[in-house]
Amino acid sequence: MNEAGDAPTISREEDSVSRRSFLGVLLGFGAVVVGAALSVPLLRFALHPLLTKTTEIGWSDIGKIEEFASLTGPLKKLITVDQRDGWRKIVSEKAIYVLPIKDGVVRVLSPICPHLGCSIPWIEAKQQFVCPCHTAIFTLDGTRVSGPAPRSMDDLESKVDNGMLKVRYQYFRQLIPTKEVLA
Amino acid sequence: MAEAQEPDGKPVGPHLNRRERLYRWFDVRIGVGSLMHEALDEPIPGGARWAYVFGSVLLFLFISQTITGVFLSLYYAPTADHAHTTVAYIVKEVTGGSFLRSLHAYGSSAVVIVMLLHLTQTFLYGAYKGRREVLWISGCALFGLMLAMAFTGYLLPWDQKAYFATTVGTNMASEVPLIGSTLKRMMRGGNEMGTLTLSRFFVGHVFLLPGAILGLIAAHVFLFRKAGAAGPPSEHPINPRLPTERFYPRQVVMDTVVALLMICVLGLLAHFSPTELGPKANPADTQYVPRPEWFYLPVFQWLKYFKGSLSIVGIVVIPTLTAILIVALPFFDRRLERRPWRRPFAVGIYLAIMATLMVFGWLSRHEDRLDPAIAKQVAKQDEETKQFMREPFEPEAAANSLSAPAVVVLDPLAAAGKKIFDGESCDACHGENGVGTSAGPKLSGATAKKSPEELAKLLRHPTAKMLEGEMKPVDVPEGDLKALVAYIKSLK
Repeated sequence: MNEAGDAPTISREEDSVSRRSFLGVLLGFGAVVVGAALSVPLLRFALHPLLTKTTEIGWSDIGKIEEFASLTGPLKKLITVDQRDGWRKIVSEKAIYVLPIKDGVVRVLSPICPHLGCSIPWIEAKQQFVCPCHTAIFTLDGTRVSGPAPRSMDDLESKVDNGMLKVRYQYFRQLIPTKEVLA
Repeated sequence: MAEAQEPDGKPVGPHLNRRERLYRWFDVRIGVGSLMHEALDEPIPGGARWAYVFGSVLLFLFISQTITGVFLSLYYAPTADHAHTTVAYIVKEVTGGSFLRSLHAYGSSAVVIVMLLHLTQTFLYGAYKGRREVLWISGCALFGLMLAMAFTGYLLPWDQKAYFATTVGTNMASEVPLIGSTLKRMMRGGNEMGTLTLSRFFVGHVFLLPGAILGLIAAHVFLFRKAGAAGPPSEHPINPRLPTERFYPRQVVMDTVVALLMICVLGLLAHFSPTELGPKANPADTQYVPRPEWFYLPVFQWLKYFKGSLSIVGIVVIPTLTAILIVALPFFDRRLERRPWRRPFAVGIYLAIMATLMVFGWLSRHEDRLDPAIAKQVAKQDEETKQFMREPFEPEAAANSLSAPAVVVLDPLAAAGKKIFDGESCDACHGENGVGTSAGPKLSGATAKKSPEELAKLLRHPTAKMLEGEMKPVDVPEGDLKALVAYIKSLK
């Protein structure tokens, strides 16, 4: 610690002081390292909801894909939606429309009007979706025809898994011309 | 500090380097120097020893328990219907959850072990002697409070083990003369174990006991500093004669090394042998064989020997006398002699008590193994716990969660009505299953209690007030209307 020879006599006091400050640095360093190592699992624990999805809506079954092979108009189906909320799940029932398969593509529509959120019924006689609240009108494939709705009806993400048609139910922001998922 | 420092960090002449100036700045304002001096320069007669590490290690463990405990409470809910689910969620889903919970659970055992070592060292070294009565009593109180922490914490997971062990534990309180049954009901928040018991134990475990422990630790450390470190057994308890060494650095290093070893052992245990969670408490289970945490096993075994009217002796009289004997030790044992070989009687009694506890603990395990019925049931319980740990986490259905099939199964007419309800977009305003939205009132409750005739009439011919709220007259065939009414009636 001291340049040898330069200091002829090193008192015990001085020696113990430098020894003490060296140990102090060592202890401080050790404490920081160990503290940092220990805080890793704590942080990961606390940040769990940020690192994984804890409030996700999973895929819901609609029905066997064969059921929808020969549709001529939109078919309203009720699905069971399991929504996770941390350690809880909220089970609810939602309505969706399965559209007739066109060019091998299955489309699933949300029945919620992009205007103000009313549920839109399919009017068989008119072959149109007509919103009961403010009479927004949509074609068979959900395209906007007239009325106050700012955009066409919203498509829901769907997939066919093992012959089962599945959908991921979501809500979309109302009153804007573009489709935007509500978090 | 990014600035360069003096080569050897020492002041040259009257000039102070940046680091020393910074230190001075703080010292003048908050007295770092005297704080450090107070904390680190405590003289230890006879010098630092490994035997003196236990107090610091206990403090370290208490801090560790506090931190892990606070983090665990991030996901825990102290009610009988959620506690078990939330602990299962911590163990099975949350990142690092099983590790933290295990660290906390093993930590509680470590506290008990180190506390016993601390007590044993203090006793064998005669370190309670020489005007240290209050210091000793504060230590005894801390010991009791820590055991209470272990007892209250044990219930919180609300699994079978927790539930039945605590049922037995709280039942014991009823043996206390005069106030026994009141005491039991106070602990349980009623006659039976339930959600109020859990609330009480939770409040005790996270607010009351830690608060009391914190205050007592401060008092214990203060009293220790007031009396001074006792040093080795050969030292005079009041007027120390041996040359002293300061607490810092050697004793601090020893304390730190043991604390680090401790956290390493706990970490390895938590990682490689995580604490298990059993199935949710089932109060209707009459087969369950409850067993307490290992450090309560000796007491558990002890109680077996006191049947019927004698149980008051086993549960109340002897433990109370033992506690008094221990707490009042410095008042009985007033000689200043500290060397254990010169105190054969006291040391003999102490060792006898410890040996008895160990034998009882061992006997408890041994008898369980010998009894085939119990061994079988305990094995079954272990298997149930293992099975529960293998199952994936099952989230709890929220109270407002609907199991739609229930409506369908109950009444086919109501089920048909539900289809019309959804098809006519009644849910647009009245919400899913008529729970109500900002656009329309809820149909369950008062509305559902109206007579079918009245409901049908309202649906066909809404009142002026309803029409004003944009309710449209329902235009469906008579049969469908009946179904719709049946559905609304089913909403309760």
